Amino acid sequence: MKPRNLAILLSAGIALAAAGCGSGTGSTPDAKSSQGSAAPAAAAPVTITVGCKPPKNNPKEVAQWDADVAAFQKLHPNITVEGKDAFPCIVPETFQAKLAGGEMEDLFYVYYTDVQKIIGAGQAADITPYLDSVPAVKTIRPDVMTVFKSGEKVYGLPRVNYSTGLVYNRKLFTQAGLDPEAPPKTWAEVQAAAKKIAALGPGYVGYGEYSAGNTGGWHFTSSLFGRGGDVVTPDGKKAAFNSPEGKAVLENLKTMRWTDNSMGTKQLLRWEDLMRMMGSGKLGMMIGAPNVVQEVNNTFKGKFEDYGVAGLPEATKSLSGGDGYMFNPKASPEKIKAGLQWLEYRFLTPGQGQFNYERAKADGLPVGLPDIDLFGNTEPGKKILDLRKQFATIPVEHFQTYIDANSTVEFKLEPPKAQEIYAVLDTAMSAVLTRQDANIDQLLSDAQKKVDNILAKSS
Amino acid sequence: MTTMSVRGSRRRTPGAVRRRVRRNLTAYGFLCGALICFAFFSWYPMVREFLLSFQKTNFVGPPEWIGLDNFRTVTEDSAFIPAWTNTAVFTGLALIVGYAVPFVAAIVLNELRHAKAYLRFVVYLPVMLPPAVAVLLFKWFYDPGPGLFNQILDLVHLPGLSWLDSTSTALISLVLVSTWMNLGTGTLIYLAALQSIPGELYEAAELDGAGLFRRVWHVTIPQTKLILLVMLLLQIVATMQVFIEPYLLTGGGPENATVTVAYLMYQYAFSFGNFGGGGALGLMLMIVLMVFSAVYLRVSRDNQI
Repeated sequence: MKPRNLAILLSAGIALAAAGCGSGTGSTPDAKSSQGSAAPAAAAPVTITVGCKPPKNNPKEVAQWDADVAAFQKLHPNITVEGKDAFPCIVPETFQAKLAGGEMEDLFYVYYTDVQKIIGAGQAADITPYLDSVPAVKTIRPDVMTVFKSGEKVYGLPRVNYSTGLVYNRKLFTQAGLDPEAPPKTWAEVQAAAKKIAALGPGYVGYGEYSAGNTGGWHFTSSLFGRGGDVVTPDGKKAAFNSPEGKAVLENLKTMRWTDNSMGTKQLLRWEDLMRMMGSGKLGMMIGAPNVVQEVNNTFKGKFEDYGVAGLPEATKSLSGGDGYMFNPKASPEKIKAGLQWLEYRFLTPGQGQFNYERAKADGLPVGLPDIDLFGNTEPGKKILDLRKQFATIPVEHFQTYIDANSTVEFKLEPPKAQEIYAVLDTAMSAVLTRQDANIDQLLSDAQKKVDNILAKSS
Repeated sequence: MTTMSVRGSRRRTPGAVRRRVRRNLTAYGFLCGALICFAFFSWYPMVREFLLSFQKTNFVGPPEWIGLDNFRTVTEDSAFIPAWTNTAVFTGLALIVGYAVPFVAAIVLNELRHAKAYLRFVVYLPVMLPPAVAVLLFKWFYDPGPGLFNQILDLVHLPGLSWLDSTSTALISLVLVSTWMNLGTGTLIYLAALQSIPGELYEAAELDGAGLFRRVWHVTIPQTKLILLVMLLLQIVATMQVFIEPYLLTGGGPENATVTVAYLMYQYAFSFGNFGGGGALGLMLMIVLMVFSAVYLRVSRDNQI
């Protein structure tokens, strides 16, 4: 081919590709919404895209998802469910881009941490008018539903809900001469246990804590809630963590880090760092929920039987965590109704979908983790507990103290402007863990001023 | 009259224009491709970013124009001053370390008589590693416990350092990573410049009794002055955008000691969901970088690079 022809072909190709991208991006949302709004309300065909389908490298869970989709579509012949697999299910870097480009799923997956931010930005649809079509919603714990509420309006539904506890390595407890059946119930006991574990030798860390990438602020909040403190005042206008409880959180860490030397030398840890350390069998304890054990087992080569979860020491309140689904703000009413039915089928019905423990056991998947508490002490909640016990494949007794402790613990939600506040609190956490002469009063006072400023701007 | 006749001779008939266009069709074709790529992947995002910095948007409804509010928000952020200070200090340190080291490495490589190709490959090797891999490699090197650097210090009976975990060493630790990652490119460019220096100049200097350092001072540096200046400006523009090192190694900590403008921009856009704030920071950084880019363009134009 002559160079001139090649150049023309190349230019034309690029122009066509660019035009293709442009038109696709621009037209998709309109096309979708017009399709939805043009369709009759009753049994007209409707297709919903759903995020967080299990990833392809997990074929058993993919097969379960596909089976559920097939069964659901048989029950609702007018609805087509298109799952979109991704791992991890949400990536902050692509969330806004997907929304801007019209590529966001009709039902998109969210962590609790992001829910209020998304509602505040108007990036999720109000589903309140359609909730009557989903009876299961009435049985969800009211405190859990609060996560997805702003005023009286509801913007999503939970999939997984848990409260924070103390994850510990039972094997290390035994090695250090501690009783794995009696995990620490107070922070003094945590300190003592951490010292013994760290004394096992170089590389052993008694207690691990985050202090970078906003995770430090997140865990500060968790500890603070456990001690009865609060991050912001009830009206949400002022910082409230510069308190005896806030000081106690940092004092405790300072003692373990510098006096007991039980927190290891490497700090500025983030989420995956503690998971890796827990999986490697060198970390004794960390704040976390049962999903940590799942993650350590699935991704970081840990074994279920080596870990246990206890209640958060001394806690009467606990930061709740979890995830769920929200709806694309451009989704039509038909899509929202269909999406709610799918959520009910897959995630909110005992013995079905994610609660089909019999199938999970038959497929060789772990059953027994107390990682989903959506219904509390209601009928569906009790039924799910019974089924989980009946088909358990992991030692459920390793998590009993967590379950017992949580029966009396009040769930607390994350503060407003959570990520901004966590970024500020990261500074205090990293100071205490990296600087022996850190002045806790000063750190809390500085952080208070910064958070007051953030809250003043947002109100 | 002369001017008139020149103008007259430049006047083209439609047929002549057509012939001229046809003759240059290949060039226009290639130019068109490049223009489309630049327009979509460079200029459009830049314009969009400029607009975003004056808007409040949720990417769902129409954006709201809010004047300078985003600039006010980011400048009042407690991390704003540390971010700019750290960026400036990082750039300064990266110039001292990262500018001198590749030049010295190039001179040494140029002077070598044996294993030149092998060593050139070794020096360039870090550039071939994906940046994330190189950064994570250093995360292990910097581990205060079993990390490589503290093990080496221990071998020579020196106390270990906290590296990334200390406010006094965290930023310089990031500079070391950055220097190591970019050493190869700088060295190769300097080496090419060194090899273009006529050998007679060195021979003459040697005949005049100049030693290695005098040869470098009186021959090498004057002969490579231009490329040194250009590299200096390019390095300033590149290092001021430092992001991956603080993102992967420190998360901006400890105590904001490594938070940079680009990292803060990321925090605003992706952690806080405030693209306007991120855009405002980006625009500020862009203006600063444009000054250096303008100097670079001036230098390259004046010297016909």
